[in-house]
Amino acid sequence: MAQDKQHVSREERDKFAQKVSAWLKANIPSKPDFRLPLTFMEIDNRAQFEYLRDWQQQVYEAGYLGMSWPEEYGGGGMPQVYQDIVTREMARLQAPFMINAIGLSWAGPTILKLGTEAQKKRYIKKILSAEEIWCQGFSEPENGSDLGNARTRAVRDGDSYVINGSKIWTSQAEYAAHMILIARTDPAAPNKYAGLSFFLAPMDVPGIDIRRIRKMTGEYGFAQTFFDDARIPADTLVGEEGQGWSVAMAVLAFERGAALGQAGGNIMSVISARDLVQTAGKSRRDGRPALADMRIREQLVQCMIEERCLRLNRQRGRDPRLLTPGREFAPMLMSKLQGSEYMRRMAAFAVSLQGGQAPLYVDDTQALDDGMWQRQHMNSYSATIGGGTSEIQRNIIGERLLGLGKG
Amino acid sequence: MALDELRLEFSDEQAMLAESAREFLRDKCTTEQVREWMGLSTGYHTALWQEMAQLGWMGIALPEEHGGSGLSAGALVTVVETMGRYLLASPFLATTMAAQLLDQAGNNSQREQWLPAIAAGECIATVALAPADGAWLPEHTGVTATRKGKGWRLEGRKSGVLELAFADLVLVSADTDKGPAVFALSREDIPYTAIEREYLVDETRRSYRMDCDGIRLGNDALLAGGDSAAAIRDTHALGWLLVGAELTGVADGVFSLMLEYLKTRTQFGKTIGSYQALKHPTVDIMGQIENSRGLMQQAATVFDGANGESEVAARMLKAYAGDTAAFATDRAVQFHGAFGFTWECDVQLYFRRATWARHVFGDALHHRARLAELLLGEHNGES
Ligand SMILES: Cc1cc2nc3c(=O)[nH]c(=O)nc-3n(C[C@H](O)[C@H](O)[C@H](O)COP(=O)(O)OP(=O)(O)OC[C@H]3O[C@@H](n4cnc5c(N)ncnc54)[C@H](O)[C@@H]3O)c2cc1C
Repeated sequence: MAQDKQHVSREERDKFAQKVSAWLKANIPSKPDFRLPLTFMEIDNRAQFEYLRDWQQQVYEAGYLGMSWPEEYGGGGMPQVYQDIVTREMARLQAPFMINAIGLSWAGPTILKLGTEAQKKRYIKKILSAEEIWCQGFSEPENGSDLGNARTRAVRDGDSYVINGSKIWTSQAEYAAHMILIARTDPAAPNKYAGLSFFLAPMDVPGIDIRRIRKMTGEYGFAQTFFDDARIPADTLVGEEGQGWSVAMAVLAFERGAALGQAGGNIMSVISARDLVQTAGKSRRDGRPALADMRIREQLVQCMIEERCLRLNRQRGRDPRLLTPGREFAPMLMSKLQGSEYMRRMAAFAVSLQGGQAPLYVDDTQALDDGMWQRQHMNSYSATIGGGTSEIQRNIIGERLLGLGKG
Repeated sequence: MALDELRLEFSDEQAMLAESAREFLRDKCTTEQVREWMGLSTGYHTALWQEMAQLGWMGIALPEEHGGSGLSAGALVTVVETMGRYLLASPFLATTMAAQLLDQAGNNSQREQWLPAIAAGECIATVALAPADGAWLPEHTGVTATRKGKGWRLEGRKSGVLELAFADLVLVSADTDKGPAVFALSREDIPYTAIEREYLVDETRRSYRMDCDGIRLGNDALLAGGDSAAAIRDTHALGWLLVGAELTGVADGVFSLMLEYLKTRTQFGKTIGSYQALKHPTVDIMGQIENSRGLMQQAATVFDGANGESEVAARMLKAYAGDTAAFATDRAVQFHGAFGFTWECDVQLYFRRATWARHVFGDALHHRARLAELLLGEHNGES
């Protein structure tokens, strides 16, 4: 997480961008003969998993991942701008996404921020190399948005904690080596938050059972994880017992883009208004090009404007003078809410503009863009629900940032 | 989504201007003052105008040799945004647009005649661009100018001319046999009977119709320093930029007012802001205001009239900030309950300002339609 202490000249940045782009062009793997997932929450099968894991490994070995993370743990120790350039070039050249997203973007930065020296040495490098995949055990069947109410139990027994209970919607559970786990160590604590602790739980111990859950798209991607007297080492605890809630909040800040320190790399395939315009260019409604329809043109423009707003808000963070006095954090806190809601609306619109072809799905030979938008429309809810729903985001921003009363 | 970087810069001068505008207007332009000035025939307070001139605002984007600070037109947005936030009505917008038009289309002696006086706050200037029917297209001037002897004779009508009744300088766009041109009229050139006040939703603003029939001008009234057609288009673009900035400020101003009410008014034993039906749209409004500010900052960075990326950015701003101000003022009325429906509640001032500003220099629909042509290409429906 080296800060940009040294100034990096525009020349130097351009030169670096060229180098990265040349490397990417030479190394981005050819499209496989199976369908790739659109996000890290949608890994349906082992072939997809291996293809993406190998790609992340290659990127790391080339020195293009974790570039600003400390060298002693496997990072590059460089100013953040280099990683930002790589991430941008990967998006621009539509490189496959980094599969170990939970490790790279939230478990990793949390360990770097709050973990022990031994934990940093043990986990960070293998997060970057994709040798060890991470999953997240926060949500439970009965406690979703109300994460603080989590019931999964962790009981100290010598050098171990014994875990009982169940987590659900665990993305990549079946591939993961570790889970960031929030569990209740003290059911008698004075308030529900104080009884929680945070663990870096191994997934290969006896007593853990994983059952895949099929998503609305028909694919797999997440699972229910059952713990039945699963013993995990006590040194996987992060912080002290009872501090789990504050660690979980740090994780969520990284997850929602409200804090910086992620390893970098794109963690979703990049879909933009440009793709939308291309689709509109190919689709016909009642025998006429969709692009000739004034109502569709207007909505396309609206999407382009909103997308530009998202990009600008990301850039504004770099010069504090561009931020609004009194709510400097607004663009960052809003990024998950606005970005996910935008993608959902854009995908819905992309389907609706396709006229008579709109009902065709991924296996149909006539489906526009191989049914990508129909699939993306359904998948877009993964981001408006996962990571804290849009409604919960609005509660948090309204209460914490704007100081409105609690509901 | 993250594609190439957009140009987004902010100079120290802009930061200083923003800061000083905020402090100055917060103290001097309270809503009690705004209500008082609303009753004046000219709608503005001359002493305050003089103070603004002393702060250098009238010359921000004028060349140094004419008494200005020589900053880019983009540097105006921070001041104009703040004016919107505090609902200031003054001849600033009209005077600034006229000054930029004169600077671009006038020759040296015309610039020397007017610009130093404008920069010093001694000259109220305005532009008469829109035709009688209020059309927003720069090509629609609504007035023709024909040669008469050594001079010119105007015919046609204008609308939406700010400050016309008391302006010292009025720049009128007109069609000639050689294409669009701009004429500089002084107060004596315009008969009293040619001026008719428009009664606006926004009672803080002064706007007029102008009957140009029979107005005779000398040849030296013709701005003769550059491409007038381009200068007219660029002045419209400046209108998109500045009114877009004003709308951003209006949205932010009404948002503060609303936020305060949501935190203090209680019903059923709770502050009303704790109800999600109010809280959630409030968060969305804040998000849209931040978005507008991003668009505004970017449009200011790249501003170069009605050309290329500058045109796209300025139109995006005007469209989006207009919708944002509409959303913010609409919810602000509703969230104040019956008090929001009163004359006394300041929300109405913002609501009315937003209604005016959204519909001058093109509304959101207009700009999105033009953006569609710019970004998606023209489409005749065939192919
Ligand atoms: C694709 C996908 C992947 C996921 N991956 C993971 C993962 O890897 N690990 C993990 O731990 N979790 C994961 N999740 C779970 C996700 O974090 C939860 O779904 C989310 O927090 C919401 O919880 P819930 O599903 O129980 O919905 P609920 O909390 O039951 O919410 C139901 C509805 O009520 C609304 N609601 C609830 N409380 C409030 C309130 N106070 N105010 C207003 N509205 C409210 C919600 O917004 C929602 O619309 C994933 C989810 C998805 C969709």
